[in-house]
Parts: sequence; C-alpha cells; structure tokens
Amino acid sequence: MSLNYLTPEFKVLRDYDKCINCKVCMRQCANEVHSYDEDLGKMVADDYKCVNCQRCVVMCPTHALTIVKHPQVFRENANWTYDAIRDIYRQAETGGVLLSAMGNDRPYPIYWDKMVINASQVTNPSIDPLREPMELKIFIGRKPDKIELDENLNVKTKMPPQLTLNYPIMFSAMSYGSISYNAHASLARAAKELGIYYNTGEGGLHKDFRKYGPNTIVQVASGRFGVDREYLKTAAAVEIKIGQGAKPGIGGHLPGEKVSEDISETRMIPVGSDAISPAPHHDIYSIEDLSQLIYSLKEATDYKKPVGVKIAAVNNVAAIASGIARAGADYIAIDGFRGGTGAAPKRIRDNVGIPIEFAIASVDSRLRSEGIRHTISLIAAGSIRSSADIVKAIALGADAVYIGSAALIALGCHMCQQCYTGKCNWGIATQDPNLVKRLNPEIGYKRLVNLITAWGHEIQEMLGGMGINDIESLKGNRLMLRGIGMTQKELDVLGILAAGE
Amino acid sequence: MKKVYAKEEVCVGCKLCEVYCITSHSRYKDVLKAYKFDSNRPAPRIVVEENRPLSFSLQCRHCDDAPCVKACITGAMQKDPVTGVVTCDTDKCVGCWTCVLVCGFGAIVRDTNNKIASKCDLCAESGEPACVKNCPNEALVYEGGI
Ligand code: SF4
Ligand code: SF4
Ligand code: SF4
Ligand code: SF4
Repeated sequence: MSLNYLTPEFKVLRDYDKCINCKVCMRQCANEVHSYDEDLGKMVADDYKCVNCQRCVVMCPTHALTIVKHPQVFRENANWTYDAIRDIYRQAETGGVLLSAMGNDRPYPIYWDKMVINASQVTNPSIDPLREPMELKIFIGRKPDKIELDENLNVKTKMPPQLTLNYPIMFSAMSYGSISYNAHASLARAAKELGIYYNTGEGGLHKDFRKYGPNTIVQVASGRFGVDREYLKTAAAVEIKIGQGAKPGIGGHLPGEKVSEDISETRMIPVGSDAISPAPHHDIYSIEDLSQLIYSLKEATDYKKPVGVKIAAVNNVAAIASGIARAGADYIAIDGFRGGTGAAPKRIRDNVGIPIEFAIASVDSRLRSEGIRHTISLIAAGSIRSSADIVKAIALGADAVYIGSAALIALGCHMCQQCYTGKCNWGIATQDPNLVKRLNPEIGYKRLVNLITAWGHEIQEMLGGMGINDIESLKGNRLMLRGIGMTQKELDVLGILAAGE
Repeated sequence: MKKVYAKEEVCVGCKLCEVYCITSHSRYKDVLKAYKFDSNRPAPRIVVEENRPLSFSLQCRHCDDAPCVKACITGAMQKDPVTGVVTCDTDKCVGCWTCVLVCGFGAIVRDTNNKIASKCDLCAESGEPACVKNCPNEALVYEGGI
C-alpha cells in the first residue's frame, strides 16, 4: 500500500538556539528519528518514527529537546476516538492482531486511588518508626493449623517451608528474553542485597545467575522452558504460572529471531526456534491435575521449597484461589488486569480480567470464610505503583506484592509501551547488544535497592501513623481503609466502609 | 597514579565524554557557550572508538616512559615528576605532530583550530576529569594508586 493513513503520534521539538549538533540524540535513538542534514547544516527529526521513550531528551547535554503529543487532531468525536480510528488504519494496513506492551492503559477506575488510609489520633497513639522498632519482615508459605510446644516451650510443630522477606515486596516474573541480561542482573543483585526475591519468569535461569539462587523464584510455565532438576534445586521457591494479568487465557510467543545462543541455552530450545508457551498447561485441566503438578514439584525439591501458583485476576478468582489452596500450593500470586507484559494482543490487554483490588479482597474473604486463609500466602500483583498501593493491598488481605513495571521504571523504563519491538532504548526490553549495554547493572541494582528502601521507609511511616508496629498486623485489617467515590456494591466487594462511616 | 579507565561493556557510544571534554577545556565552562561562542573551541582530548556494539573512550595513558615526551622537539610535552601527568605546554608547542606520530595509543589529537597538540590533562584545572563526571553510564572510572 502506498499511502500510510497514520499521522505521527509525537512531535520532536528541537530548540535550535540550544542544539550544538553533537549528535548524541542521533546515536541514542534506536528508532532512527534524528539525523544530521549536511545541506541544511543542522539536526532534523522524523516525527513518524518517534515513540516518546525520552532517551534523547534525557541524554541531550543542552536540554534542547522536548517531545510533545502531536497537535494533529481528528474532528472532535466522543465515540470515534483518536485510538479507535488509528487502530482501524493499522489493521486495515497490516491485517494483523494489534500488539501492545506494558499494562492496560485504558481509563478504568483505579481503586487504589479511591481508598484512603487511617491514622491514630488521641485514642490510640501513633508510633514513630525512627524511635521504635517497626517490623516489615514477612514469611511466605503455608502456616500450620496450630503451633504445639514441648515441655520446655520449644516449638514442636514442623513448619512448612517459608520464604523470608525483609520487605513485603518481590520482583515479578519477567523472563530472560522479554527483558535483557543486564535487567536480570540488576533485579537478581538487588533482590539479594535487599533480602527479597526476584522471579525468573518462564524463560529459564541463566547460568550466570545461579549464584543468586537463594533469592530466586523460578517459574514452571506451560512451555516448561529451562526446567530441569538443577533449575528447581537452585531456586528458593517454584512458581507454576497459569496466567498473567496482561493476557489472561493467552499463551506467549518469543519470536525465533530473539532466541539467541544465550537465550537458547537458558530456555533449552534450539537457536532461532520460536519459543511458544501454549495458552493452557496441556497436563492441567482441573484442580486435581494442578495438585499433581504441585506435588511433583514438591517431590522434586524434597518438600523443602514453597511451591506457588500464579494466576490472572478473572471473574471467579475467589473460587479458583480456594481450589489452588486446597490443591496444596504454598502461595498464590494474583495478577490484576493492569499487570505489565513485554507483548500482548492489545484487545486482550485492554479488555480481559478484573482489577487486582477486587480480586485480593474477594480471595481473602473467601479463604477466611472457608477457614483456610492460613494455609496459603497471597501475593498481589498488577500495577503496584507506590508504597501507598502496597499498604492498601496488604490491608485488603495480601501478604506481599509483586512489582514488575515499577521495577523497570526504576531501571529507566519510560513507559513508551514498545517492548514488543525489541528496540527498547533503555536497554531493558531488548536483546540488541548495542542497547543492552545502556543498562549498567551496577547502576541498575542500586536504583532498585533505593526504590525498595524508600518504599520501606514510607510503609513504616504509614504503619506508625496507624499505631501498628508490625506489617503482619495490617494484613486484612480493612478497618484501616475507607472508600471515597465508590458505589455501595464496590465498597461491599472490597469489604471496606465509606469515608466518614 | 590515578588514571581514567574505560569499561567498554557499558560504554553506550554516546560521545558525551567528548562534549564535556571540549567544554572543560573551553574558556567558557558551559556546554552551550563553548559550542556557540568559543571561536577557538578546543578539540576533544578523548576519542570514542567504535566498532559496534563495541565502543570505548580512549585518552592519554600517561605512560611511565612516555615516548611523546622524549620525541617532543621543543620540550612542550612534559611529564610532571610528582603527579605523573603528561601535559603539553601550548605556549611552546609548534604543532609539528611528532608526538602524534609516536604515541602508541593514538591518544594525542591534532587541534587544527589552534595548531597545537592536544591531549588529556586529567582536567588538571578542575580536579576531576569531566568525562568521568559526565559519563551517563559510569563507563569511565578515575582510579588507581599514587
Ligand atoms: S543531543 Fe541535543 S544538542 Fe546534541 S544534536 Fe541532539 S538535540 Fe542537538
Ligand atoms: S524514539 Fe525516543 S530517542 Fe527516539 S526521538 Fe523519540 S523520544 Fe527520542
Ligand atoms: S521497557 Fe523499554 S520499550 Fe518497554 S515501555 Fe519501558 S522503555 Fe519502552
Ligand atoms: S560518555 Fe561514557 S558512555 Fe558515552 S561514549 Fe563516553 S565513555 Fe562511552
């Protein structure tokens, strides 16, 4: 087709009073937006190619660049929006499924932002975390029905395996393949430094990162990439991936061109072959089948490691979670519909699944009502953006949270949502050696450590304000939350009162 | 002595080190003014070598037995006996390029604008090499013993 109906999404503004023609922008843009025009004797830009990753903006030594939303508009139409029209142009041109990356970006309500946190005034004192001990440590795993002591008051009960977290935060599953070697190196090292865990995702564990085993959760997904005895033994815990929030019910596909020598070795598949994760696990069609896999993995790891299950938040998540708890899982990770991804069909990403806030509340309520809440830990995932979101998630009933997008943002991600193109200008969602270098793990891991430490301080402040000195005492403590601007039904599902009540 | 070392595995080939080297040796210590107003804008004394994806920035190694110092016909090129820094006295330099010829690293640059041999002086004036300070990816380090 000759004429492209799409107009540029962004406009590159260059302040020529400031541009010194150093070409740094040109060298840094993998989308080849900038070039030097010998005839004009100045830098020029091709707006069409810009994805607004802001790499050039940040690198320009004279701050000469600004990227703006392109002022080109359609005639105002509340029904036929900018995106709706443009998506049709794209599909009419390519005939393909629309791809997208990172999480659902549609303007659905964000329930975190409709909940507020309590604080003590007069009747019970708040606690100053700088002066008094404030515990953030938590344990992930099945807790025994009761604790028995012997005559010397030593614990007699045999504890099921637990993960110990210094912060109620872990790095979500992101595979080597979807993100770069240097991104993995940063996550692994930060997890070790912080005393938390990172998750290999479904792409196997690179041999260089085996040394981080005690801080690693390994995934067993439908493609079973990279799974062998050593993989399971090296890890601190094993996670069965059933689904993810960005694409519930959908499998994964890493195109063959991204399966390099290194990735092929890590995934245990031939170089250049497509890595296809089927939508279902072909050996799991019931809770009983899931239970078999859970126990096979426990058997393979001598019952020494927690085995968890990750699912996407969908309509009947509470019933599914109850089944998973009864199937013997030690933890369940629930990924809400805003969860990120390296590539997902846009319509699935934007229309399938439910918000994590509702999923956590309903799962916690269901497990409590069945008297099995203690048998399983609950991890909330799917767009945790700040320490306040974490406090709210835990008050709704989560034990801990997984963060993925937030961790990548700490590493430099600017949310351009182009991860599936493989041209991440920040060296994160790419395997191009020219780009991977841009993420220096020495810098990356420190930024992650800083982020989690900062969030830890903030969580302590909020806990102290509520008069609580241990994060465990906040778990499921929904009286600490109040809702603003919600319907009665929404408040009921979340199990919280309205502000002022 | 303390020297600038390149970590090629994280050098992104942006050449900001060159920009800041020029700025540091311009009479304006400001990027914009150095590029826009300095009619005698110095040449960069650090050069980014590239064979993508490999890239690293190269500058004077301040050799113990510096051939450029020996070869210099006017005595402009000197090695400081105390600090070990090799510098070119631009008042004495006549731009014969003998030093350029003998440097095994190709670390001496011909500043044709000012007709002098130009080389890394570790930013003697400001105390900290500008390339190290401004490298966005910590691909340059300034370290080593006395
Ligand atoms: S990086 Fe900035 S100053 Fe350098 S060429 Fe680009 S716009 Fe101009
Ligand atoms: S794609 Fe990124 S680096 Fe390239 S011009 Fe746009 S904002 Fe700059
Ligand atoms: S990871 Fe990279 S490509 Fe993906 S949204 Fe972030 S900056 Fe863009
Ligand atoms: S500034 Fe740093 S990353 Fe950029 S070219 Fe120089 S040494 Fe390499």
